[in-house]
Amino acid sequence: MSRALELDRSPVPAATVLIRGARLLDPRAGLDGRADLLVRDGAVAEIGDALEPPQGAELVNGEGLHAFPAFVDPHVHLRTPGREDEEDLDSGTRAAAAGGFCAILAQPNTSPVVDSAPVLRSLRERARAEARIPTGFLAAITVGQRGEQLTEMAELADAGAAGFTDDGLPVRSAGVMRQALQYQRLAGRLLALHEEDPSLSGQGAMHEGEVSALLGLAGIPSISESAPVARDCAIAAYEQGRIHVQHVSALDTVETIERARQAGTQVTCEATPHHLLLTDEAVRTLDTNFKMNPPLRGEADRQALIDGLRSGVIDCVATDHAPHAREEKEQPFEVAPMGVTGLETAFAALHSGLVVPGVLELGLLVERMTAGGVPFGLPVPRIEPGAPANVVLVDPDAEWEVGEAGYESRSANCAFAGRRMCGRVRMTIADGAVAYRERTFALGAVG
Amino acid sequence: MRRHLLSVDDLSRDDIERILGRAESFAEVSGREIKKVPTLRGRTVIHLFYEASTRTSSSFELAAKRLSADLVTVKSIGSSVDKGESLKDTVQTLSAYDPAAIVIRSPHAGAAALVSRWTRASVINAGDGKHEHPTQALLDLYTLKRRISSLEGLRIWIVGDVLHSRVARSGILAFSRMGCEVTVCGPPTLIPRGIESLGCRVRTTLDDLPEADVVYALRMQQERMDGTFVPSLREYAAQYQIDGRRLRPNQLLMHPGPVNRGVELAAEVIDSPQALIVEQVESGVVVRMAVLYELLAGHGAPSGVRAEPETEPQPA
Repeated sequence: MSRALELDRSPVPAATVLIRGARLLDPRAGLDGRADLLVRDGAVAEIGDALEPPQGAELVNGEGLHAFPAFVDPHVHLRTPGREDEEDLDSGTRAAAAGGFCAILAQPNTSPVVDSAPVLRSLRERARAEARIPTGFLAAITVGQRGEQLTEMAELADAGAAGFTDDGLPVRSAGVMRQALQYQRLAGRLLALHEEDPSLSGQGAMHEGEVSALLGLAGIPSISESAPVARDCAIAAYEQGRIHVQHVSALDTVETIERARQAGTQVTCEATPHHLLLTDEAVRTLDTNFKMNPPLRGEADRQALIDGLRSGVIDCVATDHAPHAREEKEQPFEVAPMGVTGLETAFAALHSGLVVPGVLELGLLVERMTAGGVPFGLPVPRIEPGAPANVVLVDPDAEWEVGEAGYESRSANCAFAGRRMCGRVRMTIADGAVAYRERTFALGAVG
Repeated sequence: MRRHLLSVDDLSRDDIERILGRAESFAEVSGREIKKVPTLRGRTVIHLFYEASTRTSSSFELAAKRLSADLVTVKSIGSSVDKGESLKDTVQTLSAYDPAAIVIRSPHAGAAALVSRWTRASVINAGDGKHEHPTQALLDLYTLKRRISSLEGLRIWIVGDVLHSRVARSGILAFSRMGCEVTVCGPPTLIPRGIESLGCRVRTTLDDLPEADVVYALRMQQERMDGTFVPSLREYAAQYQIDGRRLRPNQLLMHPGPVNRGVELAAEVIDSPQALIVEQVESGVVVRMAVLYELLAGHGAPSGVRAEPETEPQPA
């Protein structure tokens, strides 16, 4: 537990940048107003009016733009090793930087599964050569994600595992879940849980409801998620362990977590932009870019997620960015794999869908999008002097169509493809280095 | 009517009436010794069947042949599909033959709609997973109309495995579009949650069955009887089998076939004069001729590709 979590990325020069005249918004630092922001040698150096750029600094005109602490995504599939045709560390972290993220955590359901220290070490080594932004790697809870035998969690934690998850699959057995929570006392690190009861999900391809009845698709009922969440909250409480529920999709899950938390259970959770913005109505078209697990649910579920995000029952936004090859998604709905990409659209989608219509305060969205590392023990990015520079610069009024200029990701299976968005990331500074600059966004330099 | 027939939802009540009327005129041709008309001469129809089928495939085949179309049948077994070719590649390959229509049966919902995006041909859904089977619904309406001239207000009970039935889904939509009152009935484990939204009532017992004008029994598939959906075949038959005791003399009986004798239907009702099961099969050919005609030569055909003037079909 005392070991600090280290993320990996390729070596980059520390940035010295002066952003002039942007609205600086960091609710946690009590910051909201127009000012100049000076980043010197990779750290926030000064916030003030009419700051002078140091020699060699890059000068950014922030007129009309917002600067937030950059976002943290605790749930990304980088498909490496094994499916580098769908995503690799370079493309995945480029997509993350383009979405305004300064840190991400990758899931271990790769081929091979990240269930041993050698696999984890080689992945971290690759990240130190290829990753554009700091990247952490979760390891599996059970060997091969088969749900039977615990991985060598203590060694994996020593080798730098950011946490443990069998994401993509649930830990079916309550007994194995209990052992993992007991073992957490030794290994430390959070257990992040994909909650699903396979006997309730069956062959389900979408949410069980009116739309699945109409389409003749087998449905995944919301109890398939909420029932095992209740089980694992009970086990976590009994063992005094800590769990993080991934991609919460259903109203009853939000209520279950809220009750458990009120009773003192150490449980955190996340929700995705697609579950916060879309419902099973979208599946009527049988567009496979609306197929993911857990599935898009009903409007009452979606409203419960929004309420949870507002109240804090839902701690953070996670994209569950899940790239798939085009030919795999160009199949009938029941056959196509589950998962959608989301790194590049997360902020724009939530800004357009919740902030612009007045459903959610911008500051609250920034808080939830920056909180993804907290359950795992990562620091929250902040805009305050002395802090490492993790800054995203956003044009809140820029309109664009998702996919119009392609994607940084190697895959295009985005749930928001073709939608008009309002709000665009112009620049991302991740842990002191410029990780992304939008193509049309020119920078001036001070000679 | 649109260029494709993917769902009953694509059809207005007028479209349905027109197709049934057209089928009526083809029935007259079918009564002749030479049953062919030249309507689709020189045009190609492709049958792409990814699932076993007897009734649907043979009646579509006869329908295309009686309209003088050139027919190519591709079945998944023994074709490149069997070698792992994707649906998209198969459709694009077959589209190179410039077919006028592709008739597709697939185990997956939405397959016909996908195919319609990848080809210029008219696409006819001959069953997509558990989603829809629109030509079955049309032939059911046609069969019923021959017995009862007005379907308005007719009470239809669809009994059995609604969960896995594309026939039920298309039937609910088609019968209610024609003004019928539809009730679905079956074991609670085989009634999909939310099915009421299609415009039907739900019952889990046959207690109110006497109110029905038409009893439409669904096929109980072998693989659903293994104890996961119903405890046993015996229990299913005891609760839901339509037999001589349950079927009133004034009620008509339908079934999409093939029948499991002694499961969903007792032998005595299958062979009774109330049963329309054989007539349903007969209707299959003329209704599918009418659908092909509508899409390729009739009202719904794009202008400039009309093969025949819109007159009554003549024998070839």
